Amino acid sequence: MVDIKKITAKNMTDKEFFFGHKACAGCGGSLAVRLAMKVFGEKTFAALPAGCMSAVGFIFPQMAFLNNAIISTFPGTGSMLSGMRAGLDALGFHDTHVVGFAGDGGTADIGLQALSGAIDRGDRIIYICYDNEAYMNTGVQKSGLTPYGTKTTTSPAGKNLSGAVTHKKNLFEIIAAHDIAYAATASVGYPQDYLNKLSKAARVNGTSYIHIYATCPTGWGTPTETSVSLAKEAVDCGLWYLAEYENSTFKINRKLTKPELLKEHLLKQGRFKHLTDEDIKVIESERDRKWERMLEKWG
Amino acid sequence: MLKPEIKNYVTPKHIRDYPTGPSFEAGHLVSINAGWRTFKPVVDINVCTGCYQCYLLCPDGAISKTDNKKIEFDYSFCKGCGVCAHECSFNAISMVKEELTK
Ligand SMILES: Cc1ncc(C[n+]2csc(CCOP(=O)(O)OP(=O)(O)O)c2C)c(N)n1
Ligand code: SF4
Ligand code: SF4
Ligand code: SF4
Ligand SMILES: [Mg+2]
Repeated sequence: MVDIKKITAKNMTDKEFFFGHKACAGCGGSLAVRLAMKVFGEKTFAALPAGCMSAVGFIFPQMAFLNNAIISTFPGTGSMLSGMRAGLDALGFHDTHVVGFAGDGGTADIGLQALSGAIDRGDRIIYICYDNEAYMNTGVQKSGLTPYGTKTTTSPAGKNLSGAVTHKKNLFEIIAAHDIAYAATASVGYPQDYLNKLSKAARVNGTSYIHIYATCPTGWGTPTETSVSLAKEAVDCGLWYLAEYENSTFKINRKLTKPELLKEHLLKQGRFKHLTDEDIKVIESERDRKWERMLEKWG
Repeated sequence: MLKPEIKNYVTPKHIRDYPTGPSFEAGHLVSINAGWRTFKPVVDINVCTGCYQCYLLCPDGAISKTDNKKIEFDYSFCKGCGVCAHECSFNAISMVKEELTK
């Protein structure tokens, strides 16, 4: 294997490619986009479906991307990326990156079919799902990636229900099941791990997919300054995980280190404040079931 | 150029002053984000070690590295989220309440 220099905070480019955007203060999604663009660089062509990152990046007459970037239809990120790759290749611009930044709703729900098609074709594109666990841009509605117990406007918490009644869709494994060239999960709480995965994705000759857990202080009811630490804690207490799928093999990048943090982690977020001990037990047992399976199959 | 500069925006007076298509120039900024802030980050240069974690983690790219291996803020684009201060392992950044200006 060729030895490639790691991109770190110290050696990364000083150039900003996603700058001046209007994301809420402390938005994890905008951090995920900013860092990805710094790794991919100038010769990158981006597509973003309807969602927060397109809404905050393309406000007429402003354009926060320094690269070519376009808004795709909500369900069409995958197919638009394929078209962009084909167009660039036809023009002889092979030395380029084609990247999509789509939310959890845009990826796990409405955009899943177009993404599946792109992976099936093996197009050389990078698809990044920034997962803020709800349809944020339209005012916090539940998506397939909203976890159990989350209070959203379509899964309210009250006498009858305590928020969302379904668990998070198992999207990473659905993507991997295509036998995709490269797939990874990441978190804005583990930025170096994310940078490494971005560098890997940039070198893949085929389709790559990165699913990054991205804090949303507005939709989650969390203090803006905790956006990075919360995303780290989510991994530490096992509600999210860092993993990769490469050469048809799964790999866990980080062990479950602080399972006991779960309750405290949940209750400091507005979207989970209503949870009873019983609700938390449901979340805990789902977490344990998932980890048991992951360790057994991928460990 | 490391970051785009603010361009002057002239409000269109007539429909023909608007662009004909939905496309627009990359990196075209006409407004700053300073007004979003209630607290602003201030760095103690004597405490800062130049580890650049704050630079890495600013969602707005509002921190830059200086020649003497420290950092400085771009107060035109800092939204005052406080992530930098919260993540600095050396407590070199404090969040200071903005004064009301007329
Ligand atoms: C076909 C279609 N349906 C609905 C919408 C409205 N819409 C725009 S953004 C959005 C939510 C996006 O949620 P997500 O993909 O999770 O991204 P986020 O806003 O959370 O960043 C919705 C429902 C749309 N633009 N197009
Ligand atoms: S609502 Fe959430 S995801 Fe959207 S811009 Fe604000 S913080 Fe970011
Ligand atoms: S995180 Fe703290 S020590 Fe590191 S560069 Fe920023 S201010 Fe300096
Ligand atoms: S307060 Fe937030 S926006 Fe301002 S420099 Fe720090 S991290 Fe960046
Ligand atoms: Mg979302």
